[in-house]
Amino acid sequence: MIANVIGVLFDGVAYGSLLFIIAVGLAVTLGLMNFVNLAHGVFAMVGGYVCVVLMTRAGVPFLATLPVAFVAAAIVGLVLERTLYQHLYRASPLDQVLFTIGVVYMSIAGATYVFGSSQQPVFLPSYLRGQVHVLGVDLGVYRLFLVAVVALLTYALHLLLERTRFGSQVRASVDNPVAAAGLGINVNRVFALTFALGSGLAGLGGGLGIDVLGLDPTFPLKYMVYFLLVVAVGGSGTIKGPLVAAVILGVFDVSGKYFVPQIGGFVIYALMVLLLIVFPAGLYGRRT
Amino acid sequence: MATPSLPIASRLAANAARLPSDRLRPLEVAFWLAWVAAFFLFPSYRLLGSQILITGLFAVSLDLILGYAGIVSLGHAAFFGVGAYTAGLLAVHGWHEPISGLFAAAIVAAIVGYLVSFLVVRGGDLTRLMVTLGIGLMLWEAANKAAFITGGVDGLSGVTIAPIFGLWTFDLAGRTAFVYALVVVFVVFMVMRRLVHSPFGLSLRGIQQGGRRMPAIGAPVARRLRAIFTVAAAVAGTAGALLAQTTQFVGIDSLGFQRSADLLIMLVLGGTGRLYGGLVGAIVFMLAQDYLSGIDPVYWQFWIGFLLVVVVLFAHGGILGGLQALRTRFLRR
Repeated sequence: MIANVIGVLFDGVAYGSLLFIIAVGLAVTLGLMNFVNLAHGVFAMVGGYVCVVLMTRAGVPFLATLPVAFVAAAIVGLVLERTLYQHLYRASPLDQVLFTIGVVYMSIAGATYVFGSSQQPVFLPSYLRGQVHVLGVDLGVYRLFLVAVVALLTYALHLLLERTRFGSQVRASVDNPVAAAGLGINVNRVFALTFALGSGLAGLGGGLGIDVLGLDPTFPLKYMVYFLLVVAVGGSGTIKGPLVAAVILGVFDVSGKYFVPQIGGFVIYALMVLLLIVFPAGLYGRRT
Repeated sequence: MATPSLPIASRLAANAARLPSDRLRPLEVAFWLAWVAAFFLFPSYRLLGSQILITGLFAVSLDLILGYAGIVSLGHAAFFGVGAYTAGLLAVHGWHEPISGLFAAAIVAAIVGYLVSFLVVRGGDLTRLMVTLGIGLMLWEAANKAAFITGGVDGLSGVTIAPIFGLWTFDLAGRTAFVYALVVVFVVFMVMRRLVHSPFGLSLRGIQQGGRRMPAIGAPVARRLRAIFTVAAAVAGTAGALLAQTTQFVGIDSLGFQRSADLLIMLVLGGTGRLYGGLVGAIVFMLAQDYLSGIDPVYWQFWIGFLLVVVVLFAHGGILGGLQALRTRFLRR
């Protein structure tokens, strides 16, 4: 029983860390730049399809497809940001919602047209499959791999934001774009690069997540709530908030579906409404 | 008040104090008469016509909170679904009279709306989005899991509705459905029209334009918003009940996110903050859907997404806003 609980908890953490890596880019655009981007899942889907196409049509090994997924999603993000999104930073939330729903619909239709509506397969290399036995608990190797990758990425992201020149430019631009521009920071460029980085991470997460989240054209819509939730609950300003929120959500969702399947997905929505009532500004609320 | 030395100021004051005229304009009369004409002219489209009317009413209910009070909701289908299930369940369990069913559905939806309004009113835009989205998904999941009551994903069938006033039975060709929907939608619409032209409606516009200043002139902002949210929920519930009664079926998609999103699209397409926008948007959206998704559903979804992007980037105000801009330009010339 205990082993069972630990196993479910572990699955929840792995699931949560995946949510985090996809949603961290959204934490910047939504939480810091106040841009309601319902289409963030599209970047994850781009990454996922890049992985699948490279694996099934070109025979590239799984691990080698991941950097390509990152780059492809980052480029898509950069192009969209430069051509369309940047015009909407000052628009009303309603316009942003409508616009990004439009993008989601178009991407769903486009993905269905190109790849069909079925679930895409993923071929994990043999060393990532199976289970390992740790202290009497069976843990999925792939889940362990996920947690490790996300932990490394999170640390790298932390260093990037806190220790580099680019990181301090991002923080300055977000805190006060006018003053930052006055100090000679090219705010538009910083936002574009940040957006591309966030999209790239989402793409990477989409590729990593095919085995856990699945991949079909409705992906952006199916997981939209989860990504929004990570940001709304986690608050913004640090990467710690979304990380904690993602892990909490992951654990609750997986254990809810495992232990009380009768009410299943209900747990996560109830938790969300509850958390939003108790912490209207998120767990690690940012001053407004 | 009208001192001769200040003619302009007094005229301004007189204008400001007057409520907007709510007499029916000729164009509005023509709009409603066109529906009557449509009944006789296009007998094979009566079923689609009643669906358009119902969806239009639903869109107008969203306009009350979005266009007038400025609350962006991603879960308005929750109230539509609550109304539909209320009417449907009543009919399945032996209460077949339609008009009392409508009232019951409106009341239940209003109660749910009133409870939800407390959560919606307190947050900022993002919190509102998330809360409405969350409530919508929660209700969908609840209906899905409570299959022994609602029929789950298969939907609620076996809804039998007694003849209206014991006289008109619901027929397959949609004769009764069309007339019933038209009368109910017209009556509810006129009530809403009166509401938004009242001082209450004006105070909502004030809140939308400057929520922080309204308390200074003595308007209780949170209470007004809760009131309009409750009314909008009741109207949405009425629309849901109409759909349940005229189609004699309740599908779980009546609660789905897609319905909330499509609703937003229709409203924005027609134009927000002018009541008729919801009806016009529903007509255009549903006729296009009927035609295009007949060709290919995927094709339809792509174009509706494309349309949304274009509307946001280039065509603010939707169809009615565009027409009005054309009209002012034409009149000025």
